[in-house]
Amino acid sequence: MEELENNNHGEAWKGGDRPFKSSYGKLMMWFFLITDALTFSAFLVSYGFFRYTAVEPVTEKSLWPVPEEVFSHFPFLTGEHPLLFVALMTFILIMSSVTMVLAVNYGHKMQKKKVVLWLSLTIIGGATFLGSQAWEWGHFIHGDKGAIQLNRNLEVVHIAKEDVIDGKDTMVLSSVYELMNADKYGHHDFSIDTVLNQLRERPSFGIRLANKDYKSNLETFEYFETSEPLEIILGAGLKKNEYGTQDFGDCFFFITGFHGFHVFSGVIILIVILINVIKGTYQRRGHYEMVEKVGLYWHFVDLVWVFVFTFFYLV
Amino acid sequence: MSDHHHKETFITKYIFSQDHKMIAKQFLLTGIFMALVGMLMSAMFRVQLANPGETSILYNLMPSNWMDPDTGALLQDKYLALVTMHGTILVFWVLTAGLSGTFANFLIPLQIGARDMASGFINMLSYWFFFAATVVLIYSIYVPSGPASAGWTIYPPLSAEASYIEGSGLGMTLWLVSITLFIVGSLLGGLNYIVTILNLRTKGMSMKRLPLTIWALFVTAILGVLSFPVLLSCGLLLVFDRSFGTSFYLSDLIIGGEAAHHIGGSPILFEHLFWFLGHPEVYIILLPALGMTSEVISVNTRKPIFGYQAMVLSLLAIGFLSFIVWGHHMFMTGMNPFLGSVFAFTTLLIAIPSAIKVFNYLTTLWRGNIRFTPAMLFAIAMVSTFITGGLTGLILGNAPLDINVHDTYFVVGHFHIVMGLSAIYGMLAGVYHWFPKMYGRMMNKNLGYLHFWGTFICAYGVFFPMHFLGLAGLPRRYYANPVDMGQITDINDIITFFALAGAVIQFIFVFNFFYSIFRGSPASKNPWKANTLEWTTPVERIHGNWPGDLPEVHRWAYDYSKPGAEEDYIPQNVPLKEGESEH
Repeated sequence: MEELENNNHGEAWKGGDRPFKSSYGKLMMWFFLITDALTFSAFLVSYGFFRYTAVEPVTEKSLWPVPEEVFSHFPFLTGEHPLLFVALMTFILIMSSVTMVLAVNYGHKMQKKKVVLWLSLTIIGGATFLGSQAWEWGHFIHGDKGAIQLNRNLEVVHIAKEDVIDGKDTMVLSSVYELMNADKYGHHDFSIDTVLNQLRERPSFGIRLANKDYKSNLETFEYFETSEPLEIILGAGLKKNEYGTQDFGDCFFFITGFHGFHVFSGVIILIVILINVIKGTYQRRGHYEMVEKVGLYWHFVDLVWVFVFTFFYLV
Repeated sequence: MSDHHHKETFITKYIFSQDHKMIAKQFLLTGIFMALVGMLMSAMFRVQLANPGETSILYNLMPSNWMDPDTGALLQDKYLALVTMHGTILVFWVLTAGLSGTFANFLIPLQIGARDMASGFINMLSYWFFFAATVVLIYSIYVPSGPASAGWTIYPPLSAEASYIEGSGLGMTLWLVSITLFIVGSLLGGLNYIVTILNLRTKGMSMKRLPLTIWALFVTAILGVLSFPVLLSCGLLLVFDRSFGTSFYLSDLIIGGEAAHHIGGSPILFEHLFWFLGHPEVYIILLPALGMTSEVISVNTRKPIFGYQAMVLSLLAIGFLSFIVWGHHMFMTGMNPFLGSVFAFTTLLIAIPSAIKVFNYLTTLWRGNIRFTPAMLFAIAMVSTFITGGLTGLILGNAPLDINVHDTYFVVGHFHIVMGLSAIYGMLAGVYHWFPKMYGRMMNKNLGYLHFWGTFICAYGVFFPMHFLGLAGLPRRYYANPVDMGQITDINDIITFFALAGAVIQFIFVFNFFYSIFRGSPASKNPWKANTLEWTTPVERIHGNWPGDLPEVHRWAYDYSKPGAEEDYIPQNVPLKEGESEH
């Protein structure tokens, strides 16, 4: 039976032409990647749907959170560093694609030691990306601004404060923690009443609506007459998040999670392949096609991340 | 090939077999079993529609909590469960896996001249994923809250929460688990089919010489590989909505007087994702039947298929168009009327390649030397239903006409004829035609005729009158018709009569099938005098298909009644004679 399975390489196969000049295994990987591409497309199209239907009815202002405000943190650094960390993650993942290319290249040349080296670096790159993603998820789940959820349309509004920029009085985004003079890295449980009381006592604070309009302290309480505040949201989960509409959190967790799952599987497969390379399986087989196949998968996962990165963070 | 003949144990030969022929039989038997389950379910709900609120002995086949404890009548929720499971089983289990799984596995290596599928192991996995899916689906029937009941299209919000309908509890969860396993199995199978056809063709078997069956299975596999992943995504998002509190598909609806705590999501998104699979799925079901019909008709008219290239191009055109028409399932969702008209336009375009196929079948039949074998009869019946069902498709594809008969029995009649019957007829034609190759014995011809005429008459008896019910406005999926509605009630009774008669007749086929496996008269190597390569293999099954070298192909598959030839068929592996041109 085994001879039969290998009849694509061996003498038993006396077939006609192979239209793509590649083995069945590589071809199958390509078609698998097509299926996976469609799976991701469905998610990304759904994401686009949510994002572009989240608009205010009359003014047509977007109710979607602003990525630069949400993803503005870097480990061990204070202050706002919009998209810096995710850019680093992306760089690491793309570099792991480069090392993968080198591993495949040395596989063609049958240089086992170099394959081991570059494959190991690819695994390290993948694992670093996963670790970074875990940190980012942790930060996303904990949150750093807090928000108030209102009963009308479950709107999520943020705390804002008055500030002077270029000599002009204006309002900028603040946070529940700043309003309450609390440490944003600690665990808190503010009740809606304490926050509203504090807001009354500090007239320099107001709110920013989901459509990004600012309300001064006075306007804030007028607004609350028609949209009653329900609760304080700190951090993010699947049911609600402090950044804005529920779908924002849902899509973030689902799509980056689904991609992370692919990276995780990729790292596991790479480790298995690495063990086989070290054992000399492919050297004996006379070709490193398995490394090439897993390389295709790895490049695909990177490519998908480029799309996720573009749609979630940049656009 | 003797050196390839390993000792096979019972388990490696019949259960965890990697031989494509055995895997095909596993798909076929599972498919037949599921077809019977689905058919009995339809018999039950037809009985309910004819005698609403009354008990029937048939209901005893289902768990006892499906019946009203006092009257013994079928419960309303369970009627919906029956309809849902009937649809799911027939669409996915019978006409996708049962049809493609059986014939793609069986015919691809045999007709292209390969020893087996590209990867026997992945092929085996594909069946066992399907089997696991089957077990989960059957199990879901027996959970106390009942199986999924939101229709085979499982539209949210109905499918999203157990409090909306009983079947949306554990039953729906199991449905989603089952369909996920099913998709994995289908994708593994589909990848294998595509790669095998591309890479493993024997010498001389160029794409231009591929039998139309293989072309059809090839396009089918591509459609599956492109559309099933989207169903997977669609289902995963629903899983999250059901189990983890997301609201991808749920908006701020008010259900049962209570506001659902959701915002932003849209059930329409589900419909888009679902029908992006759902429409290609129609052709995943239909194309293999069209392909096998081409083969059976050509063999049994002793004529080359008319317009081989047109047949291939129309398959490709149908495959392409099937991806840009999904909106015609959604004319009533409040879709922008302009978008609706775009979808209506692309939908009606499908009539062109479909008509090409029909005319080519008819011109192949024209002045042929027709042999009316049971397979041939089913193939002709397939052309018949493809026409009658296709004509109502023109009505339903037009938004302004569709809106009038939306969600009525007109739709039920349409898709059962054009998709259900056509595919079933194609499948039965395939079984009758390739049974000798599968089991080395012939099926009984007279029982075949009896089965054919019974099925043909009863099937039209069931589905043709449904058009009148639909035009009269009778909605589908209703547990019972609210008032005595004169002729509509009578038509309903007639439909139920034909449905039950048709169901009973299928047991003739089941008997014939199993009896012939063991007691049928032994088949010769090439009983239908056909050209394709599978008939050059020995009657006795061997793993590797051909005992010596693989055959070499010198001509297309349709050299029937070629002028100047001694016999009225020339198998593909016969070299061209000197001076002979290729068709």
